[in-house]
Amino acid sequence: MSRSGLRLKDVGYRYPGSDSTVFDSLDFSIAAGEFVALVGGSGVGKSTVLRCVAGLISPSSGTIDGPAQTDKGTRQSAVVFQDTRLLPWRRLDANVSYGLTGLGLSRAERDARVEEVLDLVGMASYGQRWPHEISGGQAQRVGLARALAVRPKILLMDEPFSAVDALTRSRLQDELLAIWTRLNMAVLFVTHDIAEAAYLAERVCVMRGSPARIVLDEAVPVDYPREREDSTLQRFAQRIADAL
Amino acid sequence: MAATHGTSAAPAQDRQLSRGLARTRRIVLGLSGVALFIVLWKLAYVFNWAPRGTIPDPFAVPAALWAEYNGGRLLPAIGSSLIHYVWGLGVGTALGFAVGLLAASARWFDDIHYMLARILRPIPPLAWVVFAIAWFQVSHAGAAFVISIGVFWVNYFATASGVRDVDPRYYELARAFGHGGFIKRVTSITLPGAAPSILSGIRTGVGQAWMTLIAAELLGVPGMGQEMNSAAGVGAYDAVVVYMLAISLIYTLSDGLFALVENRALRWRP
Repeated sequence: MSRSGLRLKDVGYRYPGSDSTVFDSLDFSIAAGEFVALVGGSGVGKSTVLRCVAGLISPSSGTIDGPAQTDKGTRQSAVVFQDTRLLPWRRLDANVSYGLTGLGLSRAERDARVEEVLDLVGMASYGQRWPHEISGGQAQRVGLARALAVRPKILLMDEPFSAVDALTRSRLQDELLAIWTRLNMAVLFVTHDIAEAAYLAERVCVMRGSPARIVLDEAVPVDYPREREDSTLQRFAQRIADAL
Repeated sequence: MAATHGTSAAPAQDRQLSRGLARTRRIVLGLSGVALFIVLWKLAYVFNWAPRGTIPDPFAVPAALWAEYNGGRLLPAIGSSLIHYVWGLGVGTALGFAVGLLAASARWFDDIHYMLARILRPIPPLAWVVFAIAWFQVSHAGAAFVISIGVFWVNYFATASGVRDVDPRYYELARAFGHGGFIKRVTSITLPGAAPSILSGIRTGVGQAWMTLIAAELLGVPGMGQEMNSAAGVGAYDAVVVYMLAISLIYTLSDGLFALVENRALRWRP
């Protein structure tokens, strides 16, 4: 499991130069190809966990074992940010190829990747546009494409759909599930939206407290494809709500 | 708007027409302003509003232009001034950019120089003329040196504040996507992110350099400033006006040229 997935052991994080401990001994793992949602209230440290996994910050204690050796032209993980973080001075295709430099790919291979992932997120004809010319939902798709372009073993998503309108959100959720089914990658999906976590993930982990702990870690008892109104799903969502 | 909803083409045409009219009106008024100024100038000349002989006849300016050109003074003066301008602007911009970038990206450098910068900054470029003469004698280098000082500060502040204002979230993105190294971070985030501020600093410098140019040349280096000075010495104020207008024209051209470059580089902006 830990060989191709991800394992956090006794991971703690304290803000540098401060006594406030966000979490001090977090244990959980994600199997290869597994879709895990990490749920918790705001400020509980979900995004901090994601940043630790992404290598953007170092945990104060404990170890994180990521997927072993990555193949040529890929990265272990890739992040999708809530604020999309498209670089405004790059056209969309150049934004998508941002993570592809330094991976030993030829120009032609990079272009092919960009085309492939833009197509995958339904933005095929938008490569030459500027970020300010597209909507928030479209920007989120391009942010997803940028992450998918590096063919990550684990896709890290930090509340990716919380800034878009409800209709766009449910459409993006369904598209994400379709993409996840097609590609062989694990997903760590951080959200505060219980219904979203229950609808998307195979397994839901709930973070709570200060310092925070995983207070619930359960498989979602409904197979894909799911109905949003499924009563089993809604009962499960209620269990998450109670744990929060 | 609601009343004309049925015919969508007509209002669009109307709007275009009224915008065209507004532009024409603006141009006509602008030209009238210039004409009015020339009339006032002529009146001042005729009725001696200033000490006799110090206001040239506006209608004599074209002839003075011709005389300066024919006498072989105008073009060499412009050429010489351009040498000071290009060198002063180039050196001041390059150094201002480099030091500003360093100040905003290296903490130790910021700490070690901020007080010094605060002391030197308020000294007007022209105050350095004394040292320019002492160090470079009366030479092209001296004039370029004085020009470069003003340009340096403009670019130093524009670059430093532009770099400091780059959204730190972009640096996190760079690290997440394999651009965490210094060179990659600077080229993919810092410079494009600070480009609007850096370019507007350069553009301000393009103007600022002209402002100090003439004064720097008054120290006796060949150029438009010196020609103005010697023309004024023999009471040829119409020739002075010729050089003033030449400065205005060249500035407009260089600023327009740089605006094209700037717009091209920043076409990603909404």
